[in-house]
Amino acid sequence: MNGAQDMGGMHGFGPVEPESNEPVFHAEWEKRAFALTQAMPMPGQWNIDMVRFARENRNPAEYLAMSYYQRWLVALETMLKERDLVSDDEIVVGHALHPPEPVKRTLTPGDVLKVLHRGGPTERETNTAAQFKAGDRVRARNINPVTHTRLPRYVRGHVGVIERVIGCHVFPDSNARGTGENPQWLYTVRFGGRELWGPEGDPSTQVSVDAWEPYLERA
Amino acid sequence: MAPAHEHDYDHSELSETQLRVRALETVLTEKGYVDPAALDLLIETYEKKVGPRNGARVVAKAWADPAYRARLFREATSAIAELGYAGRQGEYIVALENTRKRHNMVVCTLCSCYPWPVLGLPPVWYKSAPYRSRAVSDPRGVLKDFGVTLPPDTEIRVWDSTSEIRYLVIPMRPAGTEGWSEDRLAELVTRDSMIGTGLPKSPKDMAK
Repeated sequence: MNGAQDMGGMHGFGPVEPESNEPVFHAEWEKRAFALTQAMPMPGQWNIDMVRFARENRNPAEYLAMSYYQRWLVALETMLKERDLVSDDEIVVGHALHPPEPVKRTLTPGDVLKVLHRGGPTERETNTAAQFKAGDRVRARNINPVTHTRLPRYVRGHVGVIERVIGCHVFPDSNARGTGENPQWLYTVRFGGRELWGPEGDPSTQVSVDAWEPYLERA
Repeated sequence: MAPAHEHDYDHSELSETQLRVRALETVLTEKGYVDPAALDLLIETYEKKVGPRNGARVVAKAWADPAYRARLFREATSAIAELGYAGRQGEYIVALENTRKRHNMVVCTLCSCYPWPVLGLPPVWYKSAPYRSRAVSDPRGVLKDFGVTLPPDTEIRVWDSTSEIRYLVIPMRPAGTEGWSEDRLAELVTRDSMIGTGLPKSPKDMAK
């Protein structure tokens, strides 16, 4: 979706302000919101692309006003409520008021390190051949889906070069909608600074995105 | 609440959010969806164990051991796993070599993808709008915000982490470190130098 999350090339946010000796978390609730978000996909049976869409799918003004972990928190609540795992009245009183939904698995302390170590591999077997090879010129398609996509606006319509054929990976646009993994070939595509930003662009800069085959056409 | 200061909430908002998270955790626990001991362990892992010191070990080894360096640039995920770092948000890692001719810098404009097993959780600035908006359009300007100026003929290569591939910058080894042990070299490796928004410390910095 063309939401506030797609920030590449926007102006007006001011300088980057690094914080010295920054702690990992800035408040106790950030720790709990982080951990709940890490633990809930197992019983909730949702995937990372659904999570990303739940975070970005809101009014841009609201998105920009929220901190990172506030976005995590509201996305978590959204996903829990969509699946009837939790309801608003329960969050208000801070106790379970309705019987739990049956869940397949929960994350136990004994499983934490194993689960983190395994991660969530997204590469898949395929019997299709990659349509592009390193060095090919491609154009990022001008697509504007209202659903989740990982093709940033700033590359759409622009011509780049395939730098690397990465492999066949789960396609976020399908996975976020729950319509299946629909694995697609994934490439690193490199664009010149002038191609992306015109005369204001820095010719000594190149920018790459990782793009799935449906995002690309031969140029 | 300016994004650059997004952790400086006023107290009423902080406590409201704090109460809401506590309420949510209680409900999820009572329903048997989460085990608070598992949550504690998740927090402890990312607060105490997984962080940029892991990445510094990788970089120091790449500086000191040419065979390791070759493996790292050929197949970073497995080379990094040799040191025990692997898993969530680092399933596929690519190591990027900084040279005199080319400086690499990593961003995730769409969210805040970051190589957790080697760098831990991202700092606030990495997740902030100023960085995510300008890293791709004005990387030299962003570097200036970090006090870094590169020679004009050094090419800047920005990697927008739009897929599940994670990128780790391997900075250039500082001069004057010939014969240093990996432990000593690792002390020079800063988090920002592995994102590409900083440079490693020099032996002179260490003497200060």
